[in-house]
Amino acid sequence: MTTQLFGAPVRRREDPRLLTGGGRYLDDLGAGALAAAFVRSPHAHARILDIDVTGALDVDGLVAVYTYEDLPGRVAEPLPLLIPHPALTHGRTQYALARDEVNHVGEPVVMVVARDRYLAEDACERIRVEYEPLPVVVGIEAARRADDLVHPDVPGNVAAHLVQEVGDVEAALEGAPHTLTLDLSVERSASMPLEGKGVLARWDAEQGELRLFSSTQTSTGVRAAVAAKLDLPLAKVECIAPDVGGGFGVKINHPWPEEVLVPWAARLLDREVKWVEDRREHFISSAHERGQLHRVRVGFDDDGRLLALDVRFWHDNGAYTPYGIIVPIITSTQLLGPYKPAAYRCEFWSLYTNTVLVTPYRGAGRPQGCFAMERTMDAIADRLGVDRAEVRSRNFILPSEMPYDQGLLFQDGRPLKYDSGDFPATLARLKAMVAWDDFGDYRRQAEAEGRRVGMGIGCYVEGTGVGPYEGGHIQVETSGRVNVSTGLTSQGQGHQTVFAQVVAHELGVPLEDVFVTTGDTRRMPYAVGTFASRAAVMSGNALALAARALRAKALRIAAEALEVATEDLEIVEGVVRVKGAPGTSMSLGTVSVMSNPLRYAFDEAAKAATQFAGANDPDRAPVADDDEPGLEGRDFYSPTQATFANGMHAAVVETDPVTAEIRILRYCVVHDCGTMINPMIVEGQVHGGVAQGVGGALYERMVYDESGQLLNASFMDFLMPYASEVPYIETDHLETPSPLNPLGIKGAGEAGCIPVSAVIASAIEDAEGFPITSMPISPVELWELRRRHEAGDLPSLARSTTSAGSAAYPSTLEAP
Amino acid sequence: MKPAPFVHHAPRTVDEATAVLADVGHDGKVLAGGQSLIPLLNMRLASPGHLVDVNGVCGLSDIRVDGSGVRVGALVRHAELERDPRAYAALPLLRQALAHVAHPVIRNRGTTVGSIAHADAAGEMPAVLALTGGLVEAAAANGDREVAVADFFLGALETSLRPEELVVAVRFPLFPPGTGTAFAERARRHGDYALAGVAAAVTIVDGVVARARLSFVSVTDVPGTLDVTEEFAGLEPEAAHWRDCSDRVRAHVAPETDLHATAEYRAMLATELAWRTLAEAASNALTVAA
Amino acid sequence: MSEPMVEQLLDVTVTVNGRPRHARVPARRLLSDFLRHDVGLTGTHVGCEHGVCGACTVLVDGAPMRSCLMFAVTAQAYAVTTVEGLGSMDGLGPVQQAFLECHGLQCGFCTPGFLTTVTAFLCDNPDPTEGQAREAISGNLCRCTGYQNIVRSVLRAAELRAEAT
Repeated sequence: MTTQLFGAPVRRREDPRLLTGGGRYLDDLGAGALAAAFVRSPHAHARILDIDVTGALDVDGLVAVYTYEDLPGRVAEPLPLLIPHPALTHGRTQYALARDEVNHVGEPVVMVVARDRYLAEDACERIRVEYEPLPVVVGIEAARRADDLVHPDVPGNVAAHLVQEVGDVEAALEGAPHTLTLDLSVERSASMPLEGKGVLARWDAEQGELRLFSSTQTSTGVRAAVAAKLDLPLAKVECIAPDVGGGFGVKINHPWPEEVLVPWAARLLDREVKWVEDRREHFISSAHERGQLHRVRVGFDDDGRLLALDVRFWHDNGAYTPYGIIVPIITSTQLLGPYKPAAYRCEFWSLYTNTVLVTPYRGAGRPQGCFAMERTMDAIADRLGVDRAEVRSRNFILPSEMPYDQGLLFQDGRPLKYDSGDFPATLARLKAMVAWDDFGDYRRQAEAEGRRVGMGIGCYVEGTGVGPYEGGHIQVETSGRVNVSTGLTSQGQGHQTVFAQVVAHELGVPLEDVFVTTGDTRRMPYAVGTFASRAAVMSGNALALAARALRAKALRIAAEALEVATEDLEIVEGVVRVKGAPGTSMSLGTVSVMSNPLRYAFDEAAKAATQFAGANDPDRAPVADDDEPGLEGRDFYSPTQATFANGMHAAVVETDPVTAEIRILRYCVVHDCGTMINPMIVEGQVHGGVAQGVGGALYERMVYDESGQLLNASFMDFLMPYASEVPYIETDHLETPSPLNPLGIKGAGEAGCIPVSAVIASAIEDAEGFPITSMPISPVELWELRRRHEAGDLPSLARSTTSAGSAAYPSTLEAP
Repeated sequence: MKPAPFVHHAPRTVDEATAVLADVGHDGKVLAGGQSLIPLLNMRLASPGHLVDVNGVCGLSDIRVDGSGVRVGALVRHAELERDPRAYAALPLLRQALAHVAHPVIRNRGTTVGSIAHADAAGEMPAVLALTGGLVEAAAANGDREVAVADFFLGALETSLRPEELVVAVRFPLFPPGTGTAFAERARRHGDYALAGVAAAVTIVDGVVARARLSFVSVTDVPGTLDVTEEFAGLEPEAAHWRDCSDRVRAHVAPETDLHATAEYRAMLATELAWRTLAEAASNALTVAA
Repeated sequence: MSEPMVEQLLDVTVTVNGRPRHARVPARRLLSDFLRHDVGLTGTHVGCEHGVCGACTVLVDGAPMRSCLMFAVTAQAYAVTTVEGLGSMDGLGPVQQAFLECHGLQCGFCTPGFLTTVTAFLCDNPDPTEGQAREAISGNLCRCTGYQNIVRSVLRAAELRAEAT
């Protein structure tokens, strides 16, 4: 029975607790803690002239007010730049509290600590900050023009500039029988978890120890960052990620200003202090992502094969670059998807603007890259009059070509080398699912009814499970309880279930005996974090390795006690037994007792073990030189490279001929993340990803005005989709195992959202007959495009005109 | 996002409520359902010194239906009015419009009177009050009065209500016999404020159109009515070209561009919804007659 | 400098999950904060504090309402039911059980608001269609699930309720 756990749709272990109000999210902890709130900049770019806090002093319950001037030592230094890169020549990070200057609306200026959050906000309201406004840079165009600078010492607002090239693209473009130029853009959105960020800090003055809770995607990272900032030994700081109400990328950045300030204040005040980010704060002071402009030049032959692909793009990184340039690096590499252009060149500029900073949001640059690549594929198909799926398949990397090295460096600084995948099989599945070849009939029928419909497609490859490592630790108690820990955190991925499945399967114990802890530095001090679709790959394999080590030890101990060879033993349902003679057995709990020579008979298991106690050998140490007491296993998984999942989506949309409202009639997904530990959870990840993709395609954008105010910083106006806006999602799975890791698995967390904008744009374009080059798209924008098209300002697709070839993709962007 | 402090008043009678309002004047705000007010308080976009919480006031919870119309007390929640079978039978437009007011959970708490007193041009119920030619009953310590809808709405979020006045009820008069109504709106997401919305009432007498009127959501400053009887009077509903009202609608509406749509798009939507809604109202009128 | 502003406190008693719960709080205490921080029932979550996300939805005399859009002092007139009142770890209610079976939650933060909303919905409409189920949850935001398994959960909960009666 236990052998069926791996790969089965096992119900989640965490759910009974979460379903009954038993979850413990950040704000559920620390009852009675003091509350922090912040005065945040109302200006996008300004010099701070004066801060007057006297008004706040009247507030009953006020405990402390801090400005930059109050910050000591390393707390007063800029926050770290987590991921430096040689191309990031002008990295800039903020101060925990603004020093002299603010660079976006929402930047924290004053910290207030009070008895509760109501009073803290009262105090904030009474603090007067005098600003001298400075010129504001909003939007990529303004950043490129560089009439004004975000940081005076960053010329051209360029934080980073990077080029990667494989082959001679210019020569290949010149020699190509066909070329096209496309300008493609994607707007900003954000992770927007339902729970914002939050920090709770307890200072134990007697022990000189800090216990920190953070709603984070990396507790080890936060711990190390805070210890460094507060000049505390790592051993005196522990960090726990409790239940986390969604992350989607924004909680991987660290330390956030509040993660430094709250523990600093807690120690200073010797009081428990908590900060819980409210929704408005989350909009204006966390992180956004997605904003990029792309210019694609592509050369191809008569069959549509890619001879040359030249992509230049401009990435809006906001006011600071604490997380480096991971997002544009991912765009520039993952853009290639399942294709193999003969020559590829990618160049990007990462630009400062006076807006909220950028860190990865689910997909992390891939949705933009996929949009650029897939729009290009559709344009090639249109130019040549070839079926859109066919053009794609002609450019696929074939299974026989795996592993396939794209010749680029990936986000982890390692070669972009695909490990496995069967792209033709994935496409065949998708075409059958969506009835690709029958769509013409459907379209004609719809047109006869006065309806306008279109179908779109999008393909992607996603590097998942990037290193450097994760660890797993497993300990079997004498009761038979199996304690599992891994350092990375959970934000809803069901880790308590899937990691238990891995361990139960490897060890041969019942699932209900396995108890998983994640994100607690007390239990596993070495870890990286949960991002980049890496948790199952990294910790899953680390735990498999740890379980195998533990199993070997258990068999060795049991074999000695039962006086049989280890090869003759098996572990079933938590009992070590002789194959074919299950009567000769001992429980794992008993093995655990035997593994520890200090055997006070605290419990029944210890008493039971005495029957197996052999005669003491006076010449043998109780614990051998190469052994350790206890039944434990610990191992780390550290791959040489990422593993590459893939998928293809198709959608059918209907657009209202009058109002231009857009409705998704069908949404189909074929997804391949290798061997699945729990298909139910994988499917849930895909659903959630698609829904976020739909948000990004049709609803969500960050609307800044020219003065840098975020105009839609609420759930009223930032249009996250409800159930009424998300279509039914049809899914199918391939399982092409990864050859890279023991479990054959690939990551699944981000996949669902990657191609959605590309797919929806493809479908709308198909319905309308003119190019869609910018996402998201709302009814009013489609309506305006129709008017431009009718006025002749927007050319038709070739397929909807009689002439071959088209100028449907005009060139509008000037080269920098 | 926590409200600023205020003094809470919990009157039990209308007299007590109006006495408090007279006392606190402009520094007071009435709290009934609070579904529009409390978000503003939480964001500290409003911070009145006094909140007059009328939820405990007796006599404001009734829906009264009689031959003249539907009278809705100040504490009647949208959901109660939406579900009330007698109100629906008398004035189907109420339910037709209420189904579009935010989400059901908001309708469970929000009051119809409150949304009218709030006078949001994006509110559905002000448009319904306008189309029915309704009345607002206002009580005050220095005397009660009734305000005709035409005199009630002055502008976006602005009414002729005085700070010392409490709206105790609104009255929706019945339409003439043979009237059908319809309501339609479009929003970016289901349940959001409408980009544009239209309420229509068409009266059929002796098989021909006798009266046709419209009111609008989100595309006019003040919920008023547009009488398009002239375009359709004397026509059999099946023969009417309802699109013929389009020029009148375009001239009547004055939408603004905002985050979610341009003024032009909203005008287009209003025009499109107007003729569709008129057609549906006419069809409903025939059903009523049959 | 003026005198410190001292806010008046009120004795507030709200019936929560059948028990009267008392605290001395200021008039501006939101029902959501009262439940979470004064009563200690942290199952009700706060996601936006402007009434849009629905995470804080509780049942007020059986009807779902946003607890972030009601003051505790006003809630004294009603009986409030929170997620903690819908079942326990050992005895999940039918809606909770359905969410467990159908993988209707991921991070679990929005879940309590869905559970209360769906509980009330099924009282009014015990045998909904898929479309009705989807519409019923369309006032609650979830960022994890894509809603599909929540719709399934609503339909499954209807089955479980029917089986129980």
